[in-house]
This record gives sequence, C-alpha cells and structure tokens, in this order.
Amino acid sequence: MNTPTGPAVPGSPGGPPDGSAAPGEPLLSVRGLKVHFPIRKGVLLQRVTGYVRAVDGVDLDVGRGMTYGLVGESGCGKSTLGKAVLRLVEPTAGTVRFNGVDVAGQSREGMRRLRRHMQMVFQDPLASLDPRQSVESVLSEPLRAHGFAGDRSRRVRELLDLVGLPAGAAARYPHEFSGGQRQRVGIARAIALNPELIIADEPVSALDVSIQAQIVNLLEDLQDQLGLTYVVVAHDLAVVRHVSDVIGVMYLGALVEEASSDELYAQPLHPYTIALMSAIPIPDPEVEERRRRILLTGDLPSPVDVPPGCRFHTRCPFRQPTRCADESPDLREMRPGRKVACHWAEEIAAGAIRAAASAHDPTATEVGTPSS
Amino acid sequence: MSLSQAETVAVAPEETGGSLGRDAWRRLRRNPVAIAGALLVTLFVVVALLAPWLAPYPPDKPVGQVTPVSIPGPSAEHWFGLDDLGRDEFTRVLWGARWSLVIGVVSLLLGMAGGLLLGLLAGAFGGWVDGVVMRVVDMMLSVPGLLFAIGVAAMLGSGLDAVMIAIAVVNMPIFARLLRGQMLAQRRSDYVLAATSVGVRRRRIVLGHILPNSLTPVIVQGTLTLATAIVDAAGLAFLGLSSNDPSIPEWGRMLADTQRYLSSAPLLAVFPGLAIVIAALGFTLLGESLREALDPKYRR
Repeated sequence: MNTPTGPAVPGSPGGPPDGSAAPGEPLLSVRGLKVHFPIRKGVLLQRVTGYVRAVDGVDLDVGRGMTYGLVGESGCGKSTLGKAVLRLVEPTAGTVRFNGVDVAGQSREGMRRLRRHMQMVFQDPLASLDPRQSVESVLSEPLRAHGFAGDRSRRVRELLDLVGLPAGAAARYPHEFSGGQRQRVGIARAIALNPELIIADEPVSALDVSIQAQIVNLLEDLQDQLGLTYVVVAHDLAVVRHVSDVIGVMYLGALVEEASSDELYAQPLHPYTIALMSAIPIPDPEVEERRRRILLTGDLPSPVDVPPGCRFHTRCPFRQPTRCADESPDLREMRPGRKVACHWAEEIAAGAIRAAASAHDPTATEVGTPSS
Repeated sequence: MSLSQAETVAVAPEETGGSLGRDAWRRLRRNPVAIAGALLVTLFVVVALLAPWLAPYPPDKPVGQVTPVSIPGPSAEHWFGLDDLGRDEFTRVLWGARWSLVIGVVSLLLGMAGGLLLGLLAGAFGGWVDGVVMRVVDMMLSVPGLLFAIGVAAMLGSGLDAVMIAIAVVNMPIFARLLRGQMLAQRRSDYVLAATSVGVRRRRIVLGHILPNSLTPVIVQGTLTLATAIVDAAGLAFLGLSSNDPSIPEWGRMLADTQRYLSSAPLLAVFPGLAIVIAALGFTLLGESLREALDPKYRR
C-alpha cells in the first residue's frame, strides 16, 4: 500500500473545515430539507401555478465513515436530495449541516471552498465528463481550482492508480473508454481533493451488470483506504444492501423508513418497504415459488399533487379506514435505530393487520413498474 | 500498489486517438457531397487569391473595341468575351472572386464576432441580460434579411464598408441566438455540475467548458453564412449600394451593368451569375456536410 491520501492542499488541511463539529455529531446532518421546483405558465408574465415537490421535508444524519443508502422508485426525489446537500440544486427550505457548518449560509466562494470536502459521483459517467477534456485535464482541474501546490501530474497518476486505471489513460479522452472506465475517471475526480463525503448518485445504474460489481468494490476499497463517508443513491436494492450501513427508503420526496441495512432487509416495517422487499427475487427456485409478492396497484402519484394524509395511502395494501387518508405520519423512532413513517407499523409488524386481498391481484402492477 | 493488479483494466488498445474532431474528419472525407463542396470552395478561394496571376488582362482597362450594338462574345483571346466597356470579361470574373471573398469573409467575421459576443452575454449571465439581448435579437430577426441589409447600407451611405457592415449586422442575431441556445443546453449538463462541484470557478466553467462545447454549430453556421453573405453582397451591389467605383469588378455590380445589354450580349449576365452560384453552392454543400459530420444525430 502506498499512501493514498496524497499531499494536502494548502490552506485547508485534510481535517474538518472551519467551525469543526462537536465530537459525536454526525458528519452530515439534514433537517427539514425541501426542494420545490416552481411550475410556470404564461408567455409574458410567468405565473407560478404549482410546485413539483421533489424533496418534501427530509431529516437524516450520516455518521463519519458510514455509508448511507437512499432507495426509492425513480422520480421519488432521491437524486435531487443528493444534489441539494451539495447545493448543486438550491434547497427551498431546511438546513444542511456538514461537519457543523451550515451549508445554506455559505457565499458562492464559501460554497466553492466547502465543496472540496464533499464531492459527487454521477449516474451517467459519459455525460459527467467534458468530451473535449483529456483525463489528465479532468483530474487536474480540481487541483488547479483549489491551488494544489504539489506536482499535479504525479497526483493525477496517483489518482489513476487508486481507481485502477493505467497511467496511460491520462492522455485519453472520455469517448475512448468503456462505461466502467469512465466511471473510474469520475470517481478519481471525486476523490482528487481528499473529500470526506461523497454523494454517489446512482453510481452503477448506467453500467453493465458485469461491471457494476467492480465499481461497487472500488467504492468500498476507497472507503477503507481514504476513510470516506458515502451517501449512495440507488434504485437497485441489491447494490444498496451490499454497500450501505444505514438505508433510507424514500417515497414521493419523503423518507418513509430508515434502518440499518440488515434490519431493514430482515424485517421491513413500512408497507412501502414491505412491498419493495417482496419484489426481490430469491435465488432458490423452491423458495421463489412460494414467495408472496405484494403488488402495488396504481401509479406513483405526481409530486405536484402529493396525496393528503399519508403520502402512500393511495397505493398502500395495509390501508386502514382511519388516520391514513387525513393524518400525515411523522418519521418516528419505533424502536432504537428503526424509524418508520406509518401510523400502523406496530400492528403490521405484529401481524394484526394484513395486506388487502386485492393487492395480491396478479393483474396488478408490480412495484416500480408503470401500469400498462 | 493500492489496488490489486487484476483490477487494473486495460484501456481499449486500438489507436482511435485524438478527439471528436478526427471522427468528424473521417466521415467528412467519405461524403461525396462534402468533397464536391470542398472542391468548389477550393476553386473559388484559389481563383480569389491568384486572380492577378491567373487573369490574362488587366481588369480595369479596355482591351478591345466595343460599341453598344456589337459586344464581342467568347473567342480564343477572350474566353468570356468583352464587357460593355471593352474589358475582358474572364479577367473580371476572376477578380470578382477576390472581392466576393473579401466582402464575404470580412462581413462574416464581423457578424460572427458581434453575434457571439451577444450570445455569450445572454448565455453566460442569463436572467435579465438574457431577456434584453434576446428581445433585441428577436426584433432584428423580424425584419427580412436583405431588406434590413439595404436599410443599414443606405443609412451608412453606399460603399464597400457599408455593404460589409450591413451584412454583418444582419447576421449578428443568427449567431447570437445560436450560441445562446447551445450554451443554455450545455449549462444543464452533468459535466458542468461536476465542474461546479470540484470547485471550478464560474468564469472558467463558462469560457473553458460551456463555450468550447457550444461552438460546433457555430462553425457550421459560419460556413453556411459565408454563402449567403456572398449572395447578399452581390444583391446589394446589384441594387447600387456597393462602391461607386466602376473599375472594381464585383459580380453583383457586373450583373447590374449588363442589364441594358441583356438582348445583345446575354452571356455577360450568365458568367458572373454562374460565378455567384458556384461560390454560394460550394459553401452551402460544405456547410451542410459539416453539419452532418459534426452532429451526433447523423452518426452511423
């Protein structure tokens, strides 16, 4: 093992940025985060006719060195949440504290400096690389932007080595690489400045299945070597389970359940999570044969028009005549380490409430797939 | 080594090399339309550059006897015949290429510079700057091109400078709108987000990433605009808005001067007309095939 951390950037030692966090405080702390996109109509006088509530009040904490997995259907706002944490998308409300520093209160230049410690890996590796930039230029750009004092080309080779690319890759252009190699370049760029937090937005979903495992392993290796903290956004339950310590399940812009990875998969508590988990095929033909799949009816409601009460009640197979339609459940701690946003979680867990029969209707749509 | 060697992935071995430009160049060379366009453009440029050496006679002096009723047609000594003042028509067509090229290129560069500056302002700053610039552009585009050019040239007083500025002004909004649209599209791309997140400053993102990636259609538009600039220059000259100096062999002006002799010497109108068509066709073909070569949508 060579020293993976590399020379520090002057003026900002590898440690926490100014306003250092109290011990025990999580590295990333999000409270009441909302991202609403206005919908405008009209040609001359653009009136706001509504909002797309992409992220609608999310609280979460990510401890140092942990991996937090965010799962949910496409369109549930998980990517927007990731971008809002880095302020690549401007939050509408709520606070994001990184290492004790309020991210929303930063000036443009302050934000630029702060982002050195929090980086992003993108879903589409080709789109995230400037087609006119050689890999050398891609990787030395963050170094130049933050006044890296050392030998830049040495650092570039070091980064390539860290992500498992040959030194010769430096002179090449993005279109000359395969998808997996491009994502390695994207990861190398993200770790170029020795960040503490990396937000990986669907880091493997654009890749071949055969390549996905390599990239997932690379991310884990880098976490061990560099002491990184990850927020991994994904819709692939298997990937998230593999990498995450804690998993948050999102539905229509809000977290509906949060638990450690093992517990969540062993006993999902929220009806939505239960339905999601029941959709995972089991690699054993006999068990698979007897597996009970809960099929959700109806489409994902529009985030412009979030259902009142529990946002999942329109599709919930465990829906009860009271509370669900008119009372919005908080994300509450049911027992230590298990948070769930369901009025009836205890009863469902105890088996007192069963999924409605119609939800097993074979003609109903499967989770996440639109009805035909 | 930090990672196991087995993890090190081999990079595709074939020497594709270089950037997207090389790929486009390869497709361009295989396209017969592009080759035809390039040949016509080369012919035009070579003639324009070498006119003083290619032309057999001086362009501004009579070399034969003519009267209004007998203008000699093509012959062995004078391939295109003589014009109404007894000058060698072939020589004048060759020299005309030179003027067309100068007027075309200068007006294109002026218009492109102005248009790109406006587009860059709108695309880089957005907001109210974008609004103001684009409304001005809309107003300019709402007037028909040649009519607008006539207005500008007439305002400036006729002359070659006026023609060039007029054509430049007419072309400015096209480039402004094109660049601004491209920049807006690029601004939302992931690599801009990525550059922002690694801390690249805004000015460098705009000038180093967004602008270079927005220029491809500008190059295509530039080639196509050269064709229209040549036609417009001829049009303005035909309408008498170009230089008053009759010794300057300008194709549009040559067309205008031969109007009176259309019945006795119709070929005098044909030769400069053909020359205009060849030059404009060359740049149009080249521009269209450039567009095909550079546009990913056409990739096969």
